[in-house]
Amino acid sequence: MTKLFEALHLSKRFGQQVVLEDITLSFEEGELAGIMGPNGAGKTTCFNVLTGRYKPDRGQVRFDGQDITGLPPREIARKGISRSFQIMNLFNDYSALDNVLIGMPQVRRQGFNPWRDLARDSGAQQAAAATLARVGLQGKEHSLARSLSYGERRALEIGVALAAEPRLLFLDEPTAGLGTEGTARLAELVQQLKRQLTIVIIEHDMPFLFRLADKVSVIHWGQVISQGTPAQLKENEWVRRSNLGALA
Amino acid sequence: MQSSPGPAPLLPVPMVIVAAILLSTPLWLSRVGLYQYLALEITIWMLFALGYNLLLSFTGLPSFGHGAYFGIGAYAFGLLQQRVWANLWFDLAGSLLATAALAGLVGLFISHRRGIYYALLTIAFGQVFWFLAMKWHGLTGGEDGLLNIKRPVADFGVASVNLASNEALFFFCLGVFCVVTLGLWRLVHSPLGRVLSAIKQNEVRAAFVGYNTWLYKWLAFVLSAALAGLAGALFAMAQHSAYPNVMSLNNSGFVVMMVLIGGGLVSFWGPLIGAAFFILARDLLGAYTETWLLWYGLAFVLLVLFKPEGVAGLWQDAVAKRRRKSGATAPTLPSAAATAAAAAAGPARNGAA
Repeated sequence: MTKLFEALHLSKRFGQQVVLEDITLSFEEGELAGIMGPNGAGKTTCFNVLTGRYKPDRGQVRFDGQDITGLPPREIARKGISRSFQIMNLFNDYSALDNVLIGMPQVRRQGFNPWRDLARDSGAQQAAAATLARVGLQGKEHSLARSLSYGERRALEIGVALAAEPRLLFLDEPTAGLGTEGTARLAELVQQLKRQLTIVIIEHDMPFLFRLADKVSVIHWGQVISQGTPAQLKENEWVRRSNLGALA
Repeated sequence: MQSSPGPAPLLPVPMVIVAAILLSTPLWLSRVGLYQYLALEITIWMLFALGYNLLLSFTGLPSFGHGAYFGIGAYAFGLLQQRVWANLWFDLAGSLLATAALAGLVGLFISHRRGIYYALLTIAFGQVFWFLAMKWHGLTGGEDGLLNIKRPVADFGVASVNLASNEALFFFCLGVFCVVTLGLWRLVHSPLGRVLSAIKQNEVRAAFVGYNTWLYKWLAFVLSAALAGLAGALFAMAQHSAYPNVMSLNNSGFVVMMVLIGGGLVSFWGPLIGAAFFILARDLLGAYTETWLLWYGLAFVLLVLFKPEGVAGLWQDAVAKRRRKSGATAPTLPSAAATAAAAAAGPARNGAA
């Protein structure tokens, strides 16, 4: 497998607070990688740097051989990197279908078109409906995002990210707030997406992550302290001593 | 503004109703003790308020200095007519473009902001333009303004129409209003309109799905200001003059009140109700008391307190109540086909209703 995405020696600080220190990560094409670590370890900040929300103070981010360090989120999204958010970030007054439509590249390319009625574009509508079906939201096309259940909103988060037809999908704590049933459904969805695209998941639910991931990186105090397959990590001394190992 | 399921009708029913009411005003306005100039002014303010609503309600950007662009349009029309070429189409297009150009410049400084900072910056720039209008005597005529602005003949190629009378100018403005309204109606249902509304709902997410949110916000401001400029140009013709008061903070506040009272936050058509309500209140209440604005302000306060969705919100509530009574509950948005049928039947649509 070839390296699709690389983060090399990334550092980020906010004022005097060092949040990321010399982080190096790489994700291969078609791989499902996990990032774990305790609360406040810097996992979400790491995602935010990788997806353009924050510029790193030092280091380089490469995607498909291109240097994308410091590019704004829109540029990174257009290159084929999509993400979901830990705190849900949807277009709440839009229907589930419109949430997905807005994320589709074919709609984005017409973003300045002031004339065409999107509701008359049956091709785009069908593609959006297919994406919703992919995340298990068939029949919810015309429900407002705000009226969906928590689990459905989580699924829609992923649907919006998938609508962009990404090559690399970052999922930030997708199981947060989900019950056992919702987590199982999400695991099924991620399993289906696996191999279709490269996926990187930040997750606190260790059984969920260890069951799905090909490779897991552990971040603590803003540094990558360990990387390996789930089996290797279970044997890792630090992970075993920590609460994280016990949960897995 | 909510999602608008189903295709938007090409000729929306509320548009037909408003156009029909306005078109019929020469037949009945004088019989109820009013005069044609009132309908003319209402039409111009409706145009201004609709354009403003594109920015406020559809893009979520509160400009409290929009009167400046109304005024710039008025001054540009007068200056072009008196100093360059007294041709209606040239002067109208010129005032629209001049306003768009100045708004484009202002937009460069404000489009990275939203919320209160955006509002404050629009006030600041609005005051700069107002001050220039007051003090640049050589160009604007200072406090006196530009006087003797003519109503040029409207040359349509096959026929020419003299706009000297209020009736003729009213019909001309009504034509402009209809064209602009239909254009805006299309725009809010187009990909551009959807993106603007998406940015209003969640700018961060819009950026993360690949949109240049700064550029869209800039464009919404320029379009909205250009329409204010067009309305201002028509107002200069109506008033035969352009003066600093048209770009004052007061005028900026009036258009905000029109949009909010009418229900622009929940309906595309709300600003039309608000503009008519404001101008009628000014004339009818103003005939009884000089403090009409006090009473209007109190009505505004009550509405914001008890029904911030405005008159259109009241209407939508009434329609929803009637539907509930008839047993047609709709917890989710209806299907595209159902919505298209509903849209053809009446004005109560979700979102751009």
